[in-house]
Amino acid sequence: MTDVASTATRPGRSATSEMVRRLPEFLVIWVPLLLSAAHLISFSIWTIWISFTPSTLIPVTGWVGLRNYNSVLASRNWQIAFDNLLLFGIAFVLLSLTTGLLLAILLDQRIRGENVLRTIFLYPLAVSFVVTGTVWSWLLNPGIGIEKLAHDLGWTSFHFDWLVNRDMAIWTIVIAAIWQSSGFAMALFLAGLRSVDSDIIKAAQIDGAGPVRTYWRVILPTLWPITVTVIVVQLQFAISAFDLVRALTNGGPGIATQLPALVVYDLMFQRSQLGRGAAAAVLMLLILLAVLLPYAAWRYVRQRRAAHA
Amino acid sequence: MRDRSFTPSRALIYLIVTLFAAAYLAPLVVVVLNSLRTNEEIAQSSMIGWPQNWAFGNYAMAWSGFCVAETCAGIRPYMLNSALITIPATIFSTLLGAVAGYAVSLWRFRGDNWIYGIVTLGLFLPQQMRLLPWTIVLRDIGLINTLSGLVLIHTIQGLSFTVLFCRNYYVAIPHELIRAARIDGAGFFRIFWRIILPLSAPILIVTVIWQFTHIWNEFLYGVTFTTGQQQPVTAALIALSTPVADIPKQGVQSAAVIIAALPTLLIYLFGGRYFVRGLTAGAVK
Repeated sequence: MTDVASTATRPGRSATSEMVRRLPEFLVIWVPLLLSAAHLISFSIWTIWISFTPSTLIPVTGWVGLRNYNSVLASRNWQIAFDNLLLFGIAFVLLSLTTGLLLAILLDQRIRGENVLRTIFLYPLAVSFVVTGTVWSWLLNPGIGIEKLAHDLGWTSFHFDWLVNRDMAIWTIVIAAIWQSSGFAMALFLAGLRSVDSDIIKAAQIDGAGPVRTYWRVILPTLWPITVTVIVVQLQFAISAFDLVRALTNGGPGIATQLPALVVYDLMFQRSQLGRGAAAAVLMLLILLAVLLPYAAWRYVRQRRAAHA
Repeated sequence: MRDRSFTPSRALIYLIVTLFAAAYLAPLVVVVLNSLRTNEEIAQSSMIGWPQNWAFGNYAMAWSGFCVAETCAGIRPYMLNSALITIPATIFSTLLGAVAGYAVSLWRFRGDNWIYGIVTLGLFLPQQMRLLPWTIVLRDIGLINTLSGLVLIHTIQGLSFTVLFCRNYYVAIPHELIRAARIDGAGFFRIFWRIILPLSAPILIVTVIWQFTHIWNEFLYGVTFTTGQQQPVTAALIALSTPVADIPKQGVQSAAVIIAALPTLLIYLFGGRYFVRGLTAGAVK
């Protein structure tokens, strides 16, 4: 900790000239770090503060207590967004987890062309959510996409209109999100599978365990810390999902695929309700903390246990 | 379990991975094919089909002739905007992050753990918590609706990632190396330049790829802080897909989508290994 201080003064040099000489390094270390840290703290406090003011078109001072929160929580927009987030979050995380795990296990079977396949499963991650959303909005559009193709091919009874169906539209976001990010789960699981001690596997085989049994009883249990990480990262994405929905359904039909991030944007920049928009943003942060705080506690306990072991 | 002999179960494995690979590739193939079909041809059938008349003109149209909102200059100006935002912000955030990561991991100073901890919280704080403050700050310093404003935002916010990446990498460098150099009288920058930087190629590539991909693909800040001619290409793509009239234009739109996605796709194809390393490093945090 005190390395810098201990060498700060050397014989024959005054402390002041030493400070001046080292000014550039202090600037280059501290200015970016302080700017970054300061913006994180002050912007959070700022947004929280705005959420308690009667701000509409511009931020104003004043105190309205929890009024903004109550009105956001009572709005149909937010209630639908929250229900959608629950459904989308759970469905997306579970499905992308299972898809990722399945792909990782298959790729772990020493198959030919593993590199090519891995490249294929991961490339959607390099593409923006705007592109993903746009492309899937074409494919899933019954008028020009998969349904139209089936009709053109003579299968006239084929029906696939989720994109414009209020009850099913949220599932189109699940589909596109899985396509985009299940490769991430696969990459982490594959790294985990590759780091399993081969002696354990051999021991299981000597004990007469078949491949399925070996996976189920020996290999998969070692993956659960990775599973937790994947779940948390994917949930973090789900909670703040914006671009994908904006490009794919824009919250529609109607407000059927509304999500919290869209509500925040709508309140702040389309309805000029800054106070309520800020309250919705803080609610988003609270949802995120409900995921991240238990995760942080879990990691802390694990690290302490590892340190003691 | 892990042999190479060909059995029915191995055939099944190949069948399943091939099906998955086809599903992952299908959207890309569909869009590439569409980008080579005429708008009329797509309108008559569907988005999914083989080009009857190869319409290479779609790309020229998408690049420089197509109308986004009221301006008809194609997506070229927006691609340029994205480049002018992404390249400087990537360079600044990577360099500053490397120096700060080096300082935090090897130089150590009073309060370093604290400031490092706070900076990495930026990985978790949702963008929505920063939207209003950034709007106000950018307006007050006169950078609202400018590319420089977005460069500033992405540089400062990118630090959370770049400091984390570099710090975790530099922590593994033996401290003796630094101590010996300091006994020889080398200072902060000299050690960074002569010892640290030559060792940094892998982590700098990871960081640059990560930052470039993220900033290029970023949408929320782009659409919030810029309008019209100042927007990055992600925001322009959304404006472009909002139909001005009911004239079908999916062929040209597909070409625009391919052009907009090309920079990050190429980086991924050529630097895939580093891309994946960034993904996993970002996840473990």
